[in-house]
Amino acid sequence: MTNIASPVLGPLGAARAPEGGEVGPVQSGWRLAVREFASNRLAVLGLAVIAFFLVFCFIGPVLYHGQTVNTNLLTTDLPPGAGHPLGTTDEGFDELALLMRGGQAALEVAFLAAAFGVVLGSIWGAVAGLVGGVVDSVMMRIVDIFLSIPILFVVLIIAVRYGASVLSLGLIIGGYYWLVPARLVRGEVLTLRTRDFVSAARVAGAGRWRLIGRHLIPNALGVMIVNVTFNVADAILLVAALGYLGFGLQYPTQDWGDMLSKGAASMQNGYWWLVYPVGACIVLVVLACNLVGDALRDSFDIRLRRR
Amino acid sequence: MSAYLIRRVITSIIVILGVSIVIFFLLHLIYPSPAQDVLGPKATTASINAWNKEHGFDRPWIVQYLSYLGNALHGNLGYSYKLNQSVAALLNERWARSLYLSGMSLLLSVLIAIPLGIYQAVRRNSLSDNAVTTAAFVLYAMPVFFLALILIQIFALSLHIFSFEASQSTSVLRVMGDWHSMTLPIATLTLINVAGYSRYMRSSAMDALAQDYIKAARAKGLPERLVLLRHLVRNASLPMVTLVGLSIPVLLAGNLITEQVFNFQGLGLLFFNSLNNVDYNVLIAYTLIGAALVVVGNLVADIALTVADPRIRLA
Repeated sequence: MTNIASPVLGPLGAARAPEGGEVGPVQSGWRLAVREFASNRLAVLGLAVIAFFLVFCFIGPVLYHGQTVNTNLLTTDLPPGAGHPLGTTDEGFDELALLMRGGQAALEVAFLAAAFGVVLGSIWGAVAGLVGGVVDSVMMRIVDIFLSIPILFVVLIIAVRYGASVLSLGLIIGGYYWLVPARLVRGEVLTLRTRDFVSAARVAGAGRWRLIGRHLIPNALGVMIVNVTFNVADAILLVAALGYLGFGLQYPTQDWGDMLSKGAASMQNGYWWLVYPVGACIVLVVLACNLVGDALRDSFDIRLRRR
Repeated sequence: MSAYLIRRVITSIIVILGVSIVIFFLLHLIYPSPAQDVLGPKATTASINAWNKEHGFDRPWIVQYLSYLGNALHGNLGYSYKLNQSVAALLNERWARSLYLSGMSLLLSVLIAIPLGIYQAVRRNSLSDNAVTTAAFVLYAMPVFFLALILIQIFALSLHIFSFEASQSTSVLRVMGDWHSMTLPIATLTLINVAGYSRYMRSSAMDALAQDYIKAARAKGLPERLVLLRHLVRNASLPMVTLVGLSIPVLLAGNLITEQVFNFQGLGLLFFNSLNNVDYNVLIAYTLIGAALVVVGNLVADIALTVADPRIRLA
């Protein structure tokens, strides 16, 4: 409807599209995308940060054993020092170990939600795009309707009623994250349907499933991966917000937002180690996902590709 | 133009109806009836059934939905059994405060993001552009409550410039005049919004800078200041209209968290307290209002864009 640069996808100036006639070495799209991505230093840094947090949160607890389950009144509110690199909480828990556990839960929810969302959304969008007609209109109006529901409110109400666990939060949030992929994949399918290589495959006798498996999915994969990256970032913020408000993951599962809200309560005492490390973790993970997402979007987007 | 407007308004009404059905159905599944909360944990099944019958909660959900919708159109949003007040009265008490907090932050963030984005585009890849981009990226990744905590630590606890609690006055005019306590909540929401807006503003301004009318304006000898003021600002700001319209869900969420952190008695805090109280009618009313605001926000943005940019009318 609008013919201005899309605020969601960023400016895709037509002027930057190749004008034709440039003949470069023939390379597969994926290899080009990887090369483009690798040349973006910030994105590689973002990827490194994500890798670090995966190791920190999933392998860390195996190597570093800090108290996160049993209250110990002898070790409450200790500042960072020997034995407790990041200090302890008012329950005598080890902050570093809590950070690992909390990050594990946050990443699990985020990846579950994003994966669930993208699978559901791709199927929904692909069916709408392939079938077309009235079915398509109805399916996409349903997406419009769900997109208008403020997610934080609904997730809060569900979390209050049923309690939050990694699985339930992942599914609830994922139950919202299929909407944007559905739109993206439908758009992709609609444009792909008319492309010459798809017609060529059809003329060559490829069946419907071969078309979907060999041509549509690999081509739509780019947008989907980008979407997953942004949704992971989004979900981590959402889970943290739930935890901060007191409706997040429950003990013994740890929650970064919950840790931050408890830390905030003791901020007047000057217990900085209960606030800033966990805040920094959230910011770093989300920032890294956003950087990687931006770079992936650029590298998958043929129109922006440098030749 | 008018055909487009009518079509757009009709689709919005359909979407609002669809949203209200989905939300009502969802909440009906979660809380079929507030009877237990009203009558207490010791209420017998018989008394719960009697209460449900008396208040119409034994009817099929679609009938309940239609009567809710009918009442809502007459301004009756149900009764808060926890606060012993009608939901409409509760919302009426508080909406102006939330509107002030969100509206002021929105206004400030647009007023900051537009010049900031243009400045970045004009000085692109300079040290200052990179510094602003970095700051925007970090703020964009920052949870609202963490930013609020940092601002409270610096400006309230360390420097004692502002208050860590928002104004508790019930008069909106008082609240508006109370800079000591309102600066931090407004600054929190503004900074978060600016982080999102300035990135788009920068790229939109860069696109506009490459257009022919800018070259023409420069070629006819117009001073650079006027090129930017007369030609660039208006064209580059167009995407902001859509962006602001699309950001209503983010504003609502930010509003909820900010009001909770600063204990500001607005709609967000009402919703938060209702979660703790399981105050069903408040939860459903505010969720529905939030969804309606999202749809209306998109509609207004689309209409505003057709007014601001005559090229769109052709589409």
